Amino acid sequence: MSTSGSSPIVTIMGCVIVAIRDDLDDREVLMLQDQLVEEVARVKARGVIIDIASLEIVDTFAGRMLGSMAQMAHMMNARTIVVGMRPAVAMTLVELGMTLDGVETALNADRAMSLILGRRIKPS
Amino acid sequence: MTDESWTVALVRQSDVAFARQVAMKAMTAIGASAIKKTKFVTAVSEIARNAVIYGHGGAITFRVVGIGLHRSVVGECTDRGPGIADMQLALKDGYTTGSGLGLGLSGARRLVDRFDIISSAESGTTVTLESAAR
Amino acid sequence: MPSESASLSSILSSDFEKILASWLKAQAREGVKRTDLVSAKETEKQSRDFLIAFGRATRDAPTDDKFDFANPSWDPVREALEEITESRTQRGVSPTEMGWFIASIKLPLFEQMRVAFAENNARLLENVWNTTRVVDQLALHAVESLVQKREAIIERQRAEMTEVSAPVVKIWDRIVTVPLIGTLDSFRAQTVMENLLDAIVQWEAEIAIIDITGVSTVDTLVAQHLLKTAAAVKLMGAECVICGISPKIAQTIVNLGVDLPNVTTRIDLQSGLAYAFERLGVTTKG
Repeated sequence: MSTSGSSPIVTIMGCVIVAIRDDLDDREVLMLQDQLVEEVARVKARGVIIDIASLEIVDTFAGRMLGSMAQMAHMMNARTIVVGMRPAVAMTLVELGMTLDGVETALNADRAMSLILGRRIKPS
Repeated sequence: MTDESWTVALVRQSDVAFARQVAMKAMTAIGASAIKKTKFVTAVSEIARNAVIYGHGGAITFRVVGIGLHRSVVGECTDRGPGIADMQLALKDGYTTGSGLGLGLSGARRLVDRFDIISSAESGTTVTLESAAR
Repeated sequence: MPSESASLSSILSSDFEKILASWLKAQAREGVKRTDLVSAKETEKQSRDFLIAFGRATRDAPTDDKFDFANPSWDPVREALEEITESRTQRGVSPTEMGWFIASIKLPLFEQMRVAFAENNARLLENVWNTTRVVDQLALHAVESLVQKREAIIERQRAEMTEVSAPVVKIWDRIVTVPLIGTLDSFRAQTVMENLLDAIVQWEAEIAIIDITGVSTVDTLVAQHLLKTAAAVKLMGAECVICGISPKIAQTIVNLGVDLPNVTTRIDLQSGLAYAFERLGVTTKG
């Protein structure tokens, strides 16, 4: 287990899971991305679950990080699922014009886990 | 009703996070709804980041204006940068001089109730953002 | 005890009943005693409570040029004013009436001062001026409080109305739906989106069905709002289904040149629900 700031990264059944703590600055966001990519490679992960339930805001920088994370993980054959997005954050991202195409989403980590482990059909 | 104002210096990247916290505090003080808070703080984040990266640093000041249910938070961000040469282009979705998505300035404008921008090569760029409580 | 405030406070304590009676009369004369809205008994009680608090505050805090309404000694007065405005807001008393209600207390106070300082014009004038400053401040506070309370009521009613006009219901495990009726302006569209997204969190829904059967017209703005809602729903990890697409609406949308990519649409609620069941692997008998 490694940490970025106080966001702990854990790996369960081949899924790298991180619950981002509130309010990371840009440098911390990039550090977290580095650590996630490292962890995906280290454990040969099948999926990455990023829980953003505690984030009150996701701006274009953090949004872009989620998008690149998904791309990088994809290249390493892992799915990235963003979970727990707050309604206000979702509306704001839409208004910003950031629809995070290419990033999968789920309501919570539990559902994301089922998706990655293939127990349920994937919502389109 | 209140003359309170908060100023955050914008020099390092971590100052952007601090500006967000102060913006959130100001919006909470006027009893803003969750969506208004998030939109305003996100806009502040974009503008403050621009000031740090492109504007050679600056400062953002928040004030509460109006009374009762008509209160709103005004954020005024000034930088010491070279100014914006082509404003129309800068406000277009997808336009960027850096490595970003080009949604910062144009996106921030859509997130607030009032968005003013003044820019010149001599005095840098000043962006004013205003958001009501709901 | 601040010496300058002694006069106002001593007048209030020594001639309390007289001042109260005279104030009530003054209220009636100034046309603020709305017997149709507030009963005489209630007015008397409120006036008495206020006067008691007022008397105490003038004893404990300065009322001369060092007067500061923010001083904690005035808290009970503010509370008394809150109570008065609260009951009057609900009865539709106007801000003017509210202002006069408080301001009319000057008359009995000045009457008493004229007697007390009959020999000393300078002192009389000074006391009249100090009292005016204090009372005006209280009256303004009362008016402001009344207006704020009124706005709060309007805001609450508006919130209730939008709540009623866009009720999100959970129709099945993991499925929520909202029927849209009438015209969809920007404000309502925003409310619908907020309610729907909140419901997704609340019910842990995976499918959100928006039924636009009852929407009279779909213009570009409405279509855009629907698209935004669908995008936000997707970001939260659920899927949006828009149903109630009549032939007319399908034509309008296409003619407007609005594209609804990545949005699932169905003719009516039944087919929307059938689609949701299929997605979630729900089977029903019959």
